[in-house]
Amino acid sequence: MPGRTLYEKLWDAHVVRDNGDGTSLLYIDRHLVHEVTSPQAFEGLRLAARKPWRVSANLATPDHNVPTTDRSKGIDDPVSRLQVQTLDNNCATFGITEFKMDDPRQGIVHVIGPEQGATLPGMTVVCGDSHTSTHGAFGALAFGIGTSEVEHVLATQCLVQKQSKSMLISIDGTLGAGVTAKDLVLAVIGEIGTAGGTGYAIEFGGKAIRGLSIEGRMTVCNMAIEAGARAGMVAVDDKTIEYIKGRPYAPAGAQWEQAIAAWRELHSDPGAVFDRVVRLDAGNIKPQVTWGTSPEMVAPVNGTVPDPESFEDPVRRESARHALAYMGLDPGTPMSAIAPDKVFIGSCTNSRIEDLRAAAAVVKGRRVADNIKLAMVVPGSGLVKQQAEAEGLDRIFAEAGFEWREPGCSMCLAMNADRLEAGERCASTSNRNFEGRQGKGGRTHLVSPIMAAAAAVTGHFVDVSEL
Amino acid sequence: MEKFIPVNGIVAPLDRANIDTDAIIPKQFLKSIKRSGFGPNLFDEWRYLDHGEPGIDNSVRPLNPEFVLNQERYRGAQILLARDNFGCGSSREHAPWALLDYGFRVIIAPSFADIFFNNCFKNGILPIVLDANTVAELFMEVEGNPGYRLTVDLAAQTIAKPDGTVVQFPVDDFRKHRLLEGLDDIGLTLEHADEIRAYETRRKFEAPWLFGN
Repeated sequence: MPGRTLYEKLWDAHVVRDNGDGTSLLYIDRHLVHEVTSPQAFEGLRLAARKPWRVSANLATPDHNVPTTDRSKGIDDPVSRLQVQTLDNNCATFGITEFKMDDPRQGIVHVIGPEQGATLPGMTVVCGDSHTSTHGAFGALAFGIGTSEVEHVLATQCLVQKQSKSMLISIDGTLGAGVTAKDLVLAVIGEIGTAGGTGYAIEFGGKAIRGLSIEGRMTVCNMAIEAGARAGMVAVDDKTIEYIKGRPYAPAGAQWEQAIAAWRELHSDPGAVFDRVVRLDAGNIKPQVTWGTSPEMVAPVNGTVPDPESFEDPVRRESARHALAYMGLDPGTPMSAIAPDKVFIGSCTNSRIEDLRAAAAVVKGRRVADNIKLAMVVPGSGLVKQQAEAEGLDRIFAEAGFEWREPGCSMCLAMNADRLEAGERCASTSNRNFEGRQGKGGRTHLVSPIMAAAAAVTGHFVDVSEL
Repeated sequence: MEKFIPVNGIVAPLDRANIDTDAIIPKQFLKSIKRSGFGPNLFDEWRYLDHGEPGIDNSVRPLNPEFVLNQERYRGAQILLARDNFGCGSSREHAPWALLDYGFRVIIAPSFADIFFNNCFKNGILPIVLDANTVAELFMEVEGNPGYRLTVDLAAQTIAKPDGTVVQFPVDDFRKHRLLEGLDDIGLTLEHADEIRAYETRRKFEAPWLFGN
């Protein structure tokens, strides 16, 4: 028997039954819940007089709608307020643990799962949010689901799933100066395209991935969905185990030892066969900046905005024309000549303590450039915020002219008050540069935290290693 | 979910690749705690010239005459024709809710994003994958012939063109069955409750830490 891939191991361990029609009933170990995709699911439960199958598998927090400014008076927007109250009520009614808006543990659902040790190796983790792929960084099978499936998991602790194909993205070589996990994953998306991973579960491997911290691996897995793959994952190693140890939801004592022994098996076996293998050399990857309205529209910071006419495929050519018109960019413009109006450091992609430390190190002793109307840092959770403040990072950002905010999804998708105005350009550490994503008519350039910090202090995109 | 019955409907062509769920239903409308009422805000940023917010009377908003769904010839369309990677981006089920509420029952494209594709089936929408050439041909025929209609029959897995030509399309058997019967997925799964409990018992022994909190 050939060896199994990590994905196959995770899949096999969770099959409750083979339905005999190409699908299996898959058991779900952890269900993360937020306010946007859950109200209709809870309502469905109520209408059918059903109860959650296993209450303790669920962990909830409001993140998409919450204000990042003073919260002492609650949420101004009545529609947002009702959605958050609905989550509070549903969690209270059904007995689900919720970190509410005023709880220091509240934050972006994909930040708090790992932070609490609620995400563990070998788990199946789902959430009504496409960036659930983040949790794959722990050697877990983690993927986003719609609201019907949220209800299905609540009611049955299972999902009906069809096994995906497997893809290995192996990144070897050494990261150059100023190159981060974000740049690796943007380069991967530039290489395989936003639909390159459709139908696949992606395992990220190779020396450069193993060299990343756990938080860096989370950034990479987070954007697997931007390559079209519902799930991204990385094999367990010492770093994984070290990261989890001692966290509130992590096993302890004898169970800890038992768990570690099991987690050590969570890697693809030698000889495991993938349906597709993509190899990249980290040494060839420069800091990345997106120029268009899809994450695959990305260029190295020392490159230029491409000419749509240079694309052979007519659909891609038309997409590029459309994107440049929307972004207000001309072909041939050096990426470094592009000047943002706003800078956003945050989101489930890049709002963890290491992201903030790295950005602060760039900002320290510098000032936000005059052409930047707003530069803001939104920590991923209340605990990340506390940690950053204990290290004095908030003061570094504030002294440079950044705003230091409360945790949440914020301007990644602009469901709260944080947004771009039409025509405004943003250097953003988030994950999607779609039209209108950060506000109608807003223009998003995806970058790493240190590239966002460098853009803030120079007023334009610049190779952070040359600062 | 309602049973999927054959559709004979007007086809609207949306000629762009990578149409994302933020375009299908912008985030400000995701604040609703209901499943219905998203239709007037489908493709909101392309469809209207002003900025939409929940609670606004959409009937008085200025329409973008350039946008395909605002053209008289596509009024009442039930079939949406699109390009590659339709529905990419977020997992929001509000996207199929909005399409359904508007009146779409079928979406034809060369490829779809996984989560969106799955969400469609949960809501009585049939997403059909056809090869890029067939889709390109359909775009030419739709744009060249006002009033162009297709008949989509899920049971037979066929699309009948106005000239009588029939195109076959693939669909997973389990998805076809559920859509045709309008089945309640949760009810079906709960028929296996004993197997779920047996699995849990075994896993609690093998991996007790998964059941700690």
